[in-house]
Amino acid sequence: MNSKTEHIKEPLFHITKRDQMIWYKQWIIRTIAILAALVVSGIVIMVLTKYNPLKVYAEMFKGSFGSSRKTWILLQNLAMLLCISLAVTPAFKMKFWNLGAEGQVLVGGLASAACMFYFKDSLPNAVLILIMLVGSIAAGIIWGVIPALFKAKWNTNESLFTLMMNYIAIQLVSFFIMVWVPSGSSVMGVINQSSEAGWLPIVFDQKYFLNILIVALLTAAMFVYLKYSKQGYEISVVGESQNTARYIGIDVKKVIIRTMVISGGVCGLAGFLLVSGTNHTISKELAGGMGFTAIMVSWLAKFNPVLMVITSFLIVFLQRGAGEIATAFRLNESVADILTGIILFFIIGCEFFINYKINFKKHKEVK
Amino acid sequence: MENAAIELKNITKRFGKVVANNNVSLSVQKGEILSLLGENGSGKTTLMNMISGIYFPDEGSIFIDGKEVVIRSPKDAFKYKIGMIHQHFKLVDVFSAAQNIILGYEDGESYNIKKVEEKVKEICDKYGFDINPKKKIYEMSVSEKQTVEILKVLYRGANILILDEPTAVLTPQETVKLFAILKKMKEDGKAIIIITHKLHEVLAISDKVTVLRKGEFIATVNTKDTNESELTEMMVGKKISLNIERNEPENTEKRLEIKNINCINREGVKLLDNISFIAQSGEILGIAGIAGSGQRELLEAIAGLQKLDSGEILYYNPKTGEIDNLVGKTPLQIRDLGVRLSFVPEDRLGMGLVGNMDIVDNMMLRSYRKGKTAFLERKEPKDLADTIIDRLKVVTPSTATPVRRLSGGNVQKVLVGREIAAAPTVLMAAYPVRGLDINSSYAIYNLLNEQKANGVAVIFVGEDLDVLIELCDKILVIGAGKITGIVDGRTATKEEIGLLMTKTDKIGGAENE
Repeated sequence: MNSKTEHIKEPLFHITKRDQMIWYKQWIIRTIAILAALVVSGIVIMVLTKYNPLKVYAEMFKGSFGSSRKTWILLQNLAMLLCISLAVTPAFKMKFWNLGAEGQVLVGGLASAACMFYFKDSLPNAVLILIMLVGSIAAGIIWGVIPALFKAKWNTNESLFTLMMNYIAIQLVSFFIMVWVPSGSSVMGVINQSSEAGWLPIVFDQKYFLNILIVALLTAAMFVYLKYSKQGYEISVVGESQNTARYIGIDVKKVIIRTMVISGGVCGLAGFLLVSGTNHTISKELAGGMGFTAIMVSWLAKFNPVLMVITSFLIVFLQRGAGEIATAFRLNESVADILTGIILFFIIGCEFFINYKINFKKHKEVK
Repeated sequence: MENAAIELKNITKRFGKVVANNNVSLSVQKGEILSLLGENGSGKTTLMNMISGIYFPDEGSIFIDGKEVVIRSPKDAFKYKIGMIHQHFKLVDVFSAAQNIILGYEDGESYNIKKVEEKVKEICDKYGFDINPKKKIYEMSVSEKQTVEILKVLYRGANILILDEPTAVLTPQETVKLFAILKKMKEDGKAIIIITHKLHEVLAISDKVTVLRKGEFIATVNTKDTNESELTEMMVGKKISLNIERNEPENTEKRLEIKNINCINREGVKLLDNISFIAQSGEILGIAGIAGSGQRELLEAIAGLQKLDSGEILYYNPKTGEIDNLVGKTPLQIRDLGVRLSFVPEDRLGMGLVGNMDIVDNMMLRSYRKGKTAFLERKEPKDLADTIIDRLKVVTPSTATPVRRLSGGNVQKVLVGREIAAAPTVLMAAYPVRGLDINSSYAIYNLLNEQKANGVAVIFVGEDLDVLIELCDKILVIGAGKITGIVDGRTATKEEIGLLMTKTDKIGGAENE
């Protein structure tokens, strides 16, 4: 053992954990990450499409803010994504991985559509809308509570359970569209086109204004609920440690079920807003993957409802911009997806540099 | 002079802003036992982890047999014949001792368990281990598992052995046996480093002592030239008296009566086996026993967290004079009965507190339900947090600091402070000084004594028998879920308690010894 003669080198670098970084430094790193993402995306754009990246970026921006109509659409998309993100947040804070927002939104929307289809003009509009609202929320709650009950009673895995509930919801929607559309087409047209029964009223001349307002109020309410209410506190305790919750006498099962009632209920509300306020129809793509994107929005904002406004804006902005450049430059949609991917990669990846430090090799040769 | 078996020179390791080791040097010769002494958080384990390849030092160098080496991974450490026996065993439960020993070992030979068993036997005979290589880990006692860990590194030919707090889990008798083995290894020319904070063990076993304090290297002294009080002073940085005061209990009356409680788990193992005792007000009742003998279940049963199969837990209410049976009640129901029961659980951050929440929110855990509105009232908890920080000298940047960022001692002060603030009539504390430095430990003992003087029935589950004997009025010894004896704290000896602790070991399961 003494005759070890091989040349041993120090490792090139090693990683150590940082202390909490000051907030402005964190934002400097995040800004650098976004700039770096833009540069890398620019290079990719040039290599793949030979277009001037600055032009492409300008077009992206136009996609979101090019006209007042586009801005309203952006705000509407933002509101819906934010609404679903708010819905999954209490569950996530409780470490209940609700991957079923997609399905909970769908059944919510389905309930609204069903009310619109069956009651048509037989009820005053205000009453109809109220019934739709209640029905949607109830449907969302049912879809959310089923996995919660199983989790509380038999400790089933909620991720799989909620995920699979999504497919049931999709099939359910397909089934009802088949029942409702006599032609056998799998696409449902606008419901109550002429009477506009069950449509959310247009306020201030803006179709989406009411949607946005409701979600704004919901954001504030969710923020207060999570931070200042006793129930919100219980959610945090259960999420952090079920043992501690038991120790101080919190009924963990009750909290799980109650929180999923809220989560599912808000998803149902989102379904209502999408059907009654936005699309006036139902399709399998009602939630359009937002149930999953919402998970990212919620995590990126570290479960803070106010920060979620920013993170959902970021995602919607990227999606809108990506769609715009795809049409403007006649690019394949995939190019837009690649750009979105690059930017998200940098934004999420920079968190590593906020939490860890890389120590490079010292300038000392070991003999 | 002969080259040291291992020598560390000016090692520094930082974690963020925290300096875990600052400019630490030490050396061990072949055939020498070095004690690495220091309080919890003084950087002993960090230092040893750098030798065993888990961490990489920021500065400084390591020499083996006089040659500078770089240890980047546990594999490198193994190459230099360094073996570490961790505090928490890393064994596969369903494998036999021999299988665990050979696991992951590449010696170029084909797998032959017979040969391994023979070689293990050889090592056992050489150093005086007493173990059956065919025995499965889950059938073993803690001390046997430790033996397997030691055999594992010896089998791989380790010449430098590091033992991290090896006696923490052992009874006094087992400790004596371990020390005899260590001495044999020393005679065989092994270099041994033993990490500990128990002074009498340092004096009993080692040749040299290196003292660390808050990551700083303090001194290396020869064991024969030093004594307990000098070492304490080096360790703590100032002179402190090591006596715990114990006043005679006053105005004792029955507060809690446990009657024949039984608890059987799913596998049919009796976690609590017909336990009966009485806890009196104004008295500290100690509970001694090997870790995992039912202490946790017992306290959790009293707190309403553990379902019982039979038996009664009677609470004598000092205000109303009523007697309530607590069995089958939830913690909330127990509180609604007017039972003022405080509980400092063993798992502080996993049960008593929420690590990611700040001090104020942790204060609220017990009291957040107060008030009629649906909203939280943070003013009272904030005041309580300020009071506790002030009175118990909790070191924290502010009340808004997440408790997981506090040191172990401060975490415990926050928890004990909160539990005492509830003005309990029964206070249960499980291993309240585990991982605490000497000053914090004494602060906790004083708090318990204060509660005793206030007429609280204190139940104290401890692991350090010296402390139990000094602090408690009565000591209940528990083994494998059974009470094996109740002794008077003023007259009991360590050996007596140690024997009681292992008494059921023979009845309870293994055919060891």
